[in-house]
Amino acid sequence: MGEVIVVTSGKGGVGKTTTTANIGTGLALLGHKVVLVDTDIGLRNLDVVMGLENRIVYDIVDVTSGSCRLKQALIKDKRFEDLFLLPAAQTKDKTAVSPQQMVELCQQLKADFDYVIIDCPAGIEQGFKNAIAGAEKAIVVTTPEVAAVRDADRVIGLLEAAELREPKLIINRIRPSMVKKGDMMDIDDMIDILAIGLLGVVPEDEHIVISTNRGEPAVLDKASRAGEAYRNISRRIAGEDVPLMDLEANEGLMGRLRRLMGLAR
Amino acid sequence: MLDFLQRAFGREPALGTKQVAKERLRLVLVHDRAGMSPKLIEALREDLIKVISEYMEIDQEGFEVSLSHGSDSVALVANIPILKIKRLFSD
Repeated sequence: MGEVIVVTSGKGGVGKTTTTANIGTGLALLGHKVVLVDTDIGLRNLDVVMGLENRIVYDIVDVTSGSCRLKQALIKDKRFEDLFLLPAAQTKDKTAVSPQQMVELCQQLKADFDYVIIDCPAGIEQGFKNAIAGAEKAIVVTTPEVAAVRDADRVIGLLEAAELREPKLIINRIRPSMVKKGDMMDIDDMIDILAIGLLGVVPEDEHIVISTNRGEPAVLDKASRAGEAYRNISRRIAGEDVPLMDLEANEGLMGRLRRLMGLAR
Repeated sequence: MLDFLQRAFGREPALGTKQVAKERLRLVLVHDRAGMSPKLIEALREDLIKVISEYMEIDQEGFEVSLSHGSDSVALVANIPILKIKRLFSD
């Protein structure tokens, strides 16, 4: 029996889909059998981030409405034998699936996979309720901004009310140089405020844009700092104890110069 | 680079904008979190009745608990009519 994990955030644009794609691929890289489920019906994107958009025949609504069998709708990844995507429907709306149907779908999927990773839509309405209905664990993604942390706080409250205890936090797009200058909230600030456990920190990284352009998750890119962070996060999900990576290792010439001159705080 | 020069010449403000962000976040969360569900308020009311009843006899019907919102704070306001104070604690 596998584990069903929902990736959520409240606010849009903080990196839920990127996180889902990278964690899923990261777990597949570790040899696990993984299925990614896109529940953002009407605004599907996980297929594009995974580079699988041309292979879609059936979608999640076809499965829940009985138009096709579950196995027919699962798209196999290009790179990993044991990584699959269940795409969202693009032409329906979020009421096309019910929470009860999601619970049944997750039950079916976890019988066949080690990890079922659910990409949740932004917001806290029906789509959110569907996405969390069948989940056993939750990952909350935020960025170091007031609006994103505020929404994360709200979502954590809703997850706990839905009996999804102890969600874990991923802080995305942190910029170590700005944190150092005191112009960006740091990891401890956010952990203090949100009072939940930290799963990982992903630095801002141009590789993410490039890898998304190509449809290849950054977790596979050895040169990517964000990719390294996602590899670490995947290992933590799989139960390994991996220390947080040194965010300042790649701060660039100016950063090192400043520190040498004793000007950095 | 400009930033570097400003810092070198001591013209940088003492605090980064992180403190501003934290304070704004704190205020916004005080309000967001104060939107307690009626279920939670009811649970709190029952717990309060239990604790206070050890010290005095109170009018449980007239016992009111609510949240009062100020501009930068939220207060828990309880109105608890007392019927009798227990002699045990009165000296």
